[in-house]
Amino acid sequence: MTRQKRSHHRLKRAVAPYLYLSPSLLIIGLLMLLPMVTVIGYSFQNSAVLRRDPSFAGLKHYQAIFADPVFWASLWHTLYFTCMSVVFHMTIGMVFALMLNSDRINPTLRNILRVLYILPWLFTAVIIAVIWRLLLEPNGVVNSVLMQMGIIGSKVEWFSSPETALHAVTFANIWAGYPLFMVSLLAGLQGIPKDFYEAAYIDGAKAYQKLIFITIPQLMPIIISISLLDFIWTMQVFPLIWITTGGGPIYSTEVLSTYTYKLAFSSYNLSQASASAVVILLISLGLTLFYIRYQKAR
Amino acid sequence: MMFRIQPAMLKIAAAAWLLGATSAMADTTLEFTQWWEPELPAGSLRAIMNDFEAANPGIKVTLVSGPYATTRDQISVGAATGTLSDVVGLDGAWVNNLNAQGALADMNPMMEASGFDKTQVADIIKVDGKAVMFPVASFVYPVFVNLDLAAQAGVTKLPSTRAEFLEAAKKMTHADKNQYGWVLPLSLQTPSGVQNDMMSWVWASGQSMMADGKPALEGKPVVDMLTFVKSLNDAGVVSPGIATKTEQEKVEEFVNDRVGMMIDSLAHVNLIRKRNPKLNFDLIPVPVVENYTGKRGLPYASWGIGISAASKHQEEAWKLVQYLMSEKVNAKLVSLANAFPGNVNAKPDFVTSDKAFAKAFEIFKTGYLANEFTGLPVAEDLMTQFDVQAQKMLAGEQSPEQAAANAQKGWMAKF
Repeated sequence: MTRQKRSHHRLKRAVAPYLYLSPSLLIIGLLMLLPMVTVIGYSFQNSAVLRRDPSFAGLKHYQAIFADPVFWASLWHTLYFTCMSVVFHMTIGMVFALMLNSDRINPTLRNILRVLYILPWLFTAVIIAVIWRLLLEPNGVVNSVLMQMGIIGSKVEWFSSPETALHAVTFANIWAGYPLFMVSLLAGLQGIPKDFYEAAYIDGAKAYQKLIFITIPQLMPIIISISLLDFIWTMQVFPLIWITTGGGPIYSTEVLSTYTYKLAFSSYNLSQASASAVVILLISLGLTLFYIRYQKAR
Repeated sequence: MMFRIQPAMLKIAAAAWLLGATSAMADTTLEFTQWWEPELPAGSLRAIMNDFEAANPGIKVTLVSGPYATTRDQISVGAATGTLSDVVGLDGAWVNNLNAQGALADMNPMMEASGFDKTQVADIIKVDGKAVMFPVASFVYPVFVNLDLAAQAGVTKLPSTRAEFLEAAKKMTHADKNQYGWVLPLSLQTPSGVQNDMMSWVWASGQSMMADGKPALEGKPVVDMLTFVKSLNDAGVVSPGIATKTEQEKVEEFVNDRVGMMIDSLAHVNLIRKRNPKLNFDLIPVPVVENYTGKRGLPYASWGIGISAASKHQEEAWKLVQYLMSEKVNAKLVSLANAFPGNVNAKPDFVTSDKAFAKAFEIFKTGYLANEFTGLPVAEDLMTQFDVQAQKMLAGEQSPEQAAANAQKGWMAKF
């Protein structure tokens, strides 16, 4: 083989992996990187999209959103909504997974429960929003039942009162999202070797000790992975909040996604909306890096 | 044989292509973007366009149709990129932004050049002195009254003033039976309740929320309206859930006998009848302040029309606008849409055949169209801001005066 042929062959070998990767790189570039870079660009322009010759704005739009008290309220609501959702998704998911994994429950009943518990996962966000709007409306079923049971004395405007709206919308999201945890943890539970529990039984461990010292440590990798993913996804929830409350009453359920949407499609301030979207991107990116680092460490 | 036929066929084909190409070159094709076609009976807008094409040889119209929201986005992008269709369907809330982008043509010179009779149109929407939109079809918002609930409550005379309205609403309210006198949708998802269900009280009495082209929300008309709405809420006559209620829910509550009165679009008459054929209702104008005897402003939403500033066929586009605004064609279009005409001389079919529409047409004829959000900058954002302040007021966090002052401050920042 001549020297020229050898170098040609080496070049081909070096280029081949990139050629294999090129279709997916092209798709990622076109569908993800390009829009992302464009939005970042808009956040530094005046009258982005709306003018053919937008001028450079520097950090003006970032300063504007950071000076807006509604932005900080939205950030706080987003954190509350996300943290509460993730904690309750995990807790409910764990309880239901343990129940479905238990031998003490009749297999037929277990199968029925399995179907029932997974139902919220089958509905789209719009359907979930409509269901909870109907249930929680002042003349709805929930108020009627609670009044008959004597728990509340008068009709509560769950979504329309600034005091209860954020809790109500968080509750609806908790209901909609726990099956992800339940299914993942159930799969994890079924993978824990029975020997661990038999050894604990011989040592005289009680049920709660088995849970704390065997089950939870064994499930910890799944719990952390799913919690991080759930945190990232929940932070970006839009349709459920938009359809149930529209970010109101007043600003009591305004989250970063509804705040950004209103800037873009109600105020037509696409530059500030882009700046707000970049802030969401940075928060999500931070969480994603944390997730990737955790996955690598494993 | 084949070799003999082939050149002949080629010649015929070339001649046909030339003919086609020549006629294509002679034709001007107008693009008309709107959201009306999906809301009209299938094929009806196309039929009107066919009639236009027959009346104007050499002009073809391509309809670009989609749902309202999609059309809005499409028009915004088209305005930014200079690719706006020749003729565009417009909502009054969009025109200020589009005009600021330099996307809409001034129709004043076209009207002058063609000798267009301006008195025949119900309204001409102007921004910075430029005539940018005509309302082609108007969907007015009278008060719908459930006559059975009114009779049961002993309301014999339908309200004409705000005080009478409050009294009637009180009588119709039975909270224990989930029945209320009035319904107010102030969802932030669609803040149009500010325009249709709140400001309509101001316009009905011939008043204004503006002064010299600037917001005047701290003026007596708006503060009085807010005080009136607060008094209705304090009296417990408004159906609960105001802050998240949407227009659809408002109509549902009326259809299901849960509210006695609502301000709503006339376009919903058929829907209401379909949902509850037994519902016995009547239409009245929005009640006015005490002792007001002048003409009543009638809130409305409209299908507007305008011409793109970037259009290379503005002359032909103007012909299409004129055609749609002409008496007969306008009457035909609004009859199909169950709307009121943009041409004051046009009389839609349904006003003679339907009692409710006839009544509404009477209200329409004796009043005038009023919607001060038309042509304002970021109209939806202004409604959202007012909505938030109204919600704070209804939640007891501020007085009507404070709500008006805070809304004024927010609005001024947008002007």
